[in-house]
Amino acid sequence: MSRPRTHRFDTLSLHAGARPDPSTGARATPIHPSASFVFPDADHAAALFNMERAGHVYSRISNPTCAVLEERVAALEGGVGAIATASGQAALHLAIVTLMGSGGHVVASRALYGGSHNLLGYTLPRFGIETTFVDPRDLDAWRAAIRPQTRLLFGETLGNPGLDVLDVPRVAALAHEHGVPLLVDSTFTTPWLMRPFDHGADLVFHSATKFLSGHGVVIGGVLVDAGTFDWDAPAARGKFPTLTEPYAGFHDMVFAEESTTAAFLLRARREGIRDFGACMAPATAWQILQGIETLPVRMQRHVENARRVVEFLAGQPLVQSVRYPERPDHPDHALAARLLPRGCGAVFSFDLAGTREQGRRFIESLRIFSHLANVGDAKSLVIHPASTTHFRVPAADLARAGIGEGTIRLSIGLEDADDLVEDLSRALHAAGKA
Amino acid sequence: MRVDVDGREVYCYTGARSPDPARPSVVFVHGAANDHSVFALQSRYLAHHGRNVMAVDLPGHGRSAGAPLESVEAIADWIAGLLDGSGIARAAVVGHSLGALAALEAASRHPDRVERIALLGPAFPMAVSDALLDAARVDDHAALELIAVWSHSAGKQLGGHPVPGMWMMGSALRLMERSRPGALYVDLRACNGYTNGLAAAAAVRCPALLVLGARDLMAPPRAAQGLIATLAEKRVVTLADCGHAMMAEQPDAVLDALAAFL
Repeated sequence: MSRPRTHRFDTLSLHAGARPDPSTGARATPIHPSASFVFPDADHAAALFNMERAGHVYSRISNPTCAVLEERVAALEGGVGAIATASGQAALHLAIVTLMGSGGHVVASRALYGGSHNLLGYTLPRFGIETTFVDPRDLDAWRAAIRPQTRLLFGETLGNPGLDVLDVPRVAALAHEHGVPLLVDSTFTTPWLMRPFDHGADLVFHSATKFLSGHGVVIGGVLVDAGTFDWDAPAARGKFPTLTEPYAGFHDMVFAEESTTAAFLLRARREGIRDFGACMAPATAWQILQGIETLPVRMQRHVENARRVVEFLAGQPLVQSVRYPERPDHPDHALAARLLPRGCGAVFSFDLAGTREQGRRFIESLRIFSHLANVGDAKSLVIHPASTTHFRVPAADLARAGIGEGTIRLSIGLEDADDLVEDLSRALHAAGKA
Repeated sequence: MRVDVDGREVYCYTGARSPDPARPSVVFVHGAANDHSVFALQSRYLAHHGRNVMAVDLPGHGRSAGAPLESVEAIADWIAGLLDGSGIARAAVVGHSLGALAALEAASRHPDRVERIALLGPAFPMAVSDALLDAARVDDHAALELIAVWSHSAGKQLGGHPVPGMWMMGSALRLMERSRPGALYVDLRACNGYTNGLAAAAAVRCPALLVLGARDLMAPPRAAQGLIATLAEKRVVTLADCGHAMMAEQPDAVLDALAAFL
């Protein structure tokens, strides 16, 4: 039978979760900077607190502006719902602590954002949660690292900064074989380039600071649940007591019984956001919503500009290599063609063939690219990972992640591509003279 | 809570409350390819406001064992068996869609066991198109997509879930995707094959509540008029701007109607 007409991505990016304000007629989503929300009566108040009625109580737990953002990202990702968090780091933390406590174990790609590596490698072990890092391309390594205590597999759609493409279908299948979910950091790709749920992932999070907001003006994260993982399935049985056993902190609620598809989100909101409190401010949610309205057109331009810059850099004698999966020499070229047909994003790294001093001269000679620690801005950005974002990552791990002393990471913005190429050309020329 | 019905284990959501024989009881019966969780808010509220609640997963759905029941009449008799298995003499039955037909038929066939019925999104006949039946028969995902679209009012297809952070269309689709192969087809065939609606309505002696969604495309309000005209003691609540997925679209309005009736 023919498929029914549902709203498409570009329409959802503008409208999902939002309606004109019924009381004022305001077309834009209002910002609700209210800590609390009035109860109609005492019974309604009690029902809201006990999850018998739907609505907002206190903005740490939920807020109307944040709820629009949560719905929108869930719609774009194809999930059942989402939770907006104070940052991408907060989203990652929320996902992990909702699924496990002390004694839990994570298997993670070693090609991660430095902040994620810090959380998994240094901070969570203090709380009894261990992580084994593996080569994201080595499925046998993923498999070998799984222990009886493993509760989560985790990787980035495009590894930072070498753009290792996560084979989401195969890693997800491996996770499910062992009764655990796959969490994917989709920050670099956004749902416009890839919807990990379509490939088997169970949870997705974003640093919404990056491409979702798109203008480098806020810090925020979003954690999305596909609603597909069966926490009670035979392979998962006994592994997720936070979801399948009574929770004394919420009237003995068994979240997996309360909601067949959104147990994870219920627990994450009713415990993680409630108690850890890393919530998003409504003004932040509003700014991210503004960004998402133009996500499809921005991502298209980001990718087009990135392709121009990649092509230029690949032909420069001072450039040793350019790591972009659309290039035939990238080890994930074929996988990228399958999983990322619209493009491989606008963040990538390349290696200068010269000395460390030449690298410094290159960065300092750029005029349009801004030297800072961020990606996914409308403006083009540059950074030297070994001395900044990945400063605390051991040298051996750096090498395994494909980061060398001469590695430069670019985040390609929305400027005229000719201007970007000219800027890079000038900086390379200066570096060559250093 | 798990109950043995006809030798098969049935899951009932109780709001984390143990049954109390001194309390009135309410059975919730879901529609095609759904489970107990579609009544999450309403059933939890009533469980914490003086009722024994049993929001069931029908056989072959959710956490309940067995094969899906083939007819509305079979589901109606199964509800009586559920009460037997639970040691409950009489209960109110709340049903949505297919579950509404089952509640109606149960009140007709088992008047000594059913003390009230609340029919959410009812229609008679509940005709299902050949195209949808054909798609469901082969577990074509397009059947689920069609139901998801037709079950939500146009406005809600763009969101505005009353539960903060939830995406209504995704949630509806994902729950149906959890159905076991063939379950949707059996359920739709039961809806389509039910012919006893008006006779059952005429036989019902207990009070009935009908909650209609003004923008329901799956069970349009006009398709409930025969039932309304035939039922002896009835109350009708029509929810403006609401589709078939009324427990998700307007959970408070559905709960208020139920709480006032039960």
